[in-house]
Amino acid sequence: MKPDYVRPLDLRQGRIDLNHGAGGRAMTQLIEELFARALANDYLGQGDDGAVLPAPAPGERLVLATDAHVVSPLFFPGGDIGALAVHGTINDVAVMGARPLYLTASFILEEGFPLADLARIVHSMAAAAHAAGVPVVTGDTKVVEQGKGDGVFISTTGLGALPAGRKLGGALARPGDAVLVSGSLGEHGMAILAQRESLAFESAIVSDSAALHGLIDALLAAVPGVRVLRDPTRGGLATTLNEIARQSGVGMQLDEAAIPVSAQVAAACELLGLDPLYLANEGKLVAICAPEDAEAALAALRAHPLGRAAARIGEVTADPQHFVQLRTTFGGQRLLDWLSGEPLPRIC
Amino acid sequence: MKYVDEFRDGTLARGLAAAIRAEADPARRYAFMEFCGGHTHAISRYGVTDLLPPNVRMIHGPGCPVCVLPIGRIDLAIRLAFERGVTVLTYGDCLRVPASDGLSMLKAKARGADIRMVYSAADALALAQREPGREVVFFAIGFETTTPPTALVLQQARALGLANFSVLCNHVLTPSAIQTILESPEVRQFGTVPLDGFIGPAHVSTIIGSRPYEFFAEEYRKPVVIAGFEPLDVMQAIRMLIRQVNEGRAEVENEFTRAVNRDGNLKAQALVSEVFELRRSFEWRGLGQVPYSALRIRAPFAAWDAEVKFGLDYRSVPDHKACECGAILRGVKRPSDCRLFATVCTPENPMGSCMVSSEGACAAHYNYGRFRDHAPDNGRSTPPATIRLAS
Amino acid sequence: MCLAIPARVVAFAADDQAVVDLGGVRKQVSLALVDGVELGDYVIVHVGYALSRLDPEEAEATLALLREAGALLEPASGEAPA
Repeated sequence: MKPDYVRPLDLRQGRIDLNHGAGGRAMTQLIEELFARALANDYLGQGDDGAVLPAPAPGERLVLATDAHVVSPLFFPGGDIGALAVHGTINDVAVMGARPLYLTASFILEEGFPLADLARIVHSMAAAAHAAGVPVVTGDTKVVEQGKGDGVFISTTGLGALPAGRKLGGALARPGDAVLVSGSLGEHGMAILAQRESLAFESAIVSDSAALHGLIDALLAAVPGVRVLRDPTRGGLATTLNEIARQSGVGMQLDEAAIPVSAQVAAACELLGLDPLYLANEGKLVAICAPEDAEAALAALRAHPLGRAAARIGEVTADPQHFVQLRTTFGGQRLLDWLSGEPLPRIC
Repeated sequence: MKYVDEFRDGTLARGLAAAIRAEADPARRYAFMEFCGGHTHAISRYGVTDLLPPNVRMIHGPGCPVCVLPIGRIDLAIRLAFERGVTVLTYGDCLRVPASDGLSMLKAKARGADIRMVYSAADALALAQREPGREVVFFAIGFETTTPPTALVLQQARALGLANFSVLCNHVLTPSAIQTILESPEVRQFGTVPLDGFIGPAHVSTIIGSRPYEFFAEEYRKPVVIAGFEPLDVMQAIRMLIRQVNEGRAEVENEFTRAVNRDGNLKAQALVSEVFELRRSFEWRGLGQVPYSALRIRAPFAAWDAEVKFGLDYRSVPDHKACECGAILRGVKRPSDCRLFATVCTPENPMGSCMVSSEGACAAHYNYGRFRDHAPDNGRSTPPATIRLAS
Repeated sequence: MCLAIPARVVAFAADDQAVVDLGGVRKQVSLALVDGVELGDYVIVHVGYALSRLDPEEAEATLALLREAGALLEPASGEAPA
């Protein structure tokens, strides 16, 4: 008996319709011809409802992190929602000090979304996962009616293994510790803003979207005693440092002149009345370590391609108010507060 | 960034700070008002206060178009969006300003009102042109700097005969606001603050020139220095004011000679007076009714005046009773003197106008300076020992 | 108030528009409010409009005044290096 001929997905002209989420042949075809093929690995290939994974090594603990990704536009200079979903979740696992092992991905697709765009996103995701050596081992797809989604939403979960004895966390910063960042700030946030039609400016700013586990490996190899690692995504550096200050019950004193910001991000911020320290990053690291480890940590970061512009930007202080303060380039003091609300471009 | 970075140089700032200390008479107290929120922002952001001697005090004025926008004006825009189904376009600054019923434009948007942010008045006009079926209202705010662009789009709308576009005008004037601070009926209620001089906003003066302040310097015997918005410009202006006070002068001086002259931008002025006329009175948040302090759209452009087109009737809404914005805007009180400050009233949940925009006195103090309220000497923080400046 | 910033005019476009450059970022702005702008001039840009031209000589003169302020004084003791 000949198997039924099924016309392949039209990845050039086709669009998502409600059948792709209905659970029938169309859905199976979308999964097989696009997702499974692009993201191919043995776990995903089994086609079961879940992936059966080997237990971690004795003494290791598991780290689990999850992320939802909604980004407009879906494609931006330096990346797209697919690669971003992979990088973002790998980074959440990696900043815990864990070795990222597996990812899951679930897609909420909007009726009418072009299959060509979806294919581009999935292939970008596959390339990012492959480059990072972290496979997408199970996933899910749902379709919502037109107008009920923004093209595509992606949720990713990451599983990692935490070596025995390693302990990192936002509550571990101590007064006197050094505060480091791995590079210049605000690039992802500004790359996204620059795409907004209403703001219309041209720049060479690209998103810093990247998987940080290699950089973190290099850092922890040099300085196993790093106390806090974070990736300053939404809310930027300012918000991340305020979170850590609150978790650890400390304050911080930063030196504004030491905080790296690229000339173009600074200029675009001037134009829009925004502060780069509140803009999202997707490939940057904040590290807090004992002051005697700071030089070694900085050297390890700078030796890695993703940490060339790493800098020591300040220190942790004892402060019952948990204020993050900034010594300005003028030698005055100011607060670096939490982000309040969505950063909106200002006219005044 | 040429003509920006040079005016933010930390080394020059230290030199200028030393010059200010040398020129400030230790036997005197100096109180200067920086009228404009842009200056407030620069002072806070760069920690300029720490570089000034203790007898030189800067008082934040009401010069922030968002802060002085009364609740009732925002209500008009929200009502237009909800009741008339129009698309309201405005600058990002306006979206969070609190309005009646616990709303703001942003919250109204979440409830289905079509309210959008634009970068420029031209973008609002462009949307109306692109979508003739959509009724577009541009909610225009700002002092003399944003007024000429609004005038231009009104002219263009008339030239194009654009029937689906109008402007809800909230443009206000700088000199009359400064005058109000010095002599309004509320002065009795708030008391007055002895001001020794004013820093005037340079960007406003690129349009109106420095001349409008001359009457003011003569009439009230107060020195005025028109200053740019970079922190070194502000420090230089403070130094110039100290000199005027020391020498007993009350003149209008121009620190921003690189883009301001006595006459201003005559082309922009002509455009503004063709399109706009003075309102007899306009409500300012925190200041109340201020005579001849705002603009309305002239009759020939009535078809593009949202207030006329939609027959809007303005209703004044009082501010929160405990809110001290009125006194703070006049420099009589400091943000930390207000019971609501940093408790009920925060940038996430602003009660009063001064907390709304990042340029408001309360927001600037909350975002950049409130650690000083916890300092041992409560008020002026002690700079870290490493940068303690010889006095 | 009135976030305005000096930017260099690098190209002219139709309808009184020009492209300005600020630290490598480029934006189209309207020149409708200023006359006689030439390529290479600096203009002060606010909400997408040039409000006025910036005079480089006056900017230099102001900077010279600022530099002079510190030079008049002996460096204060106890100051940290910049």
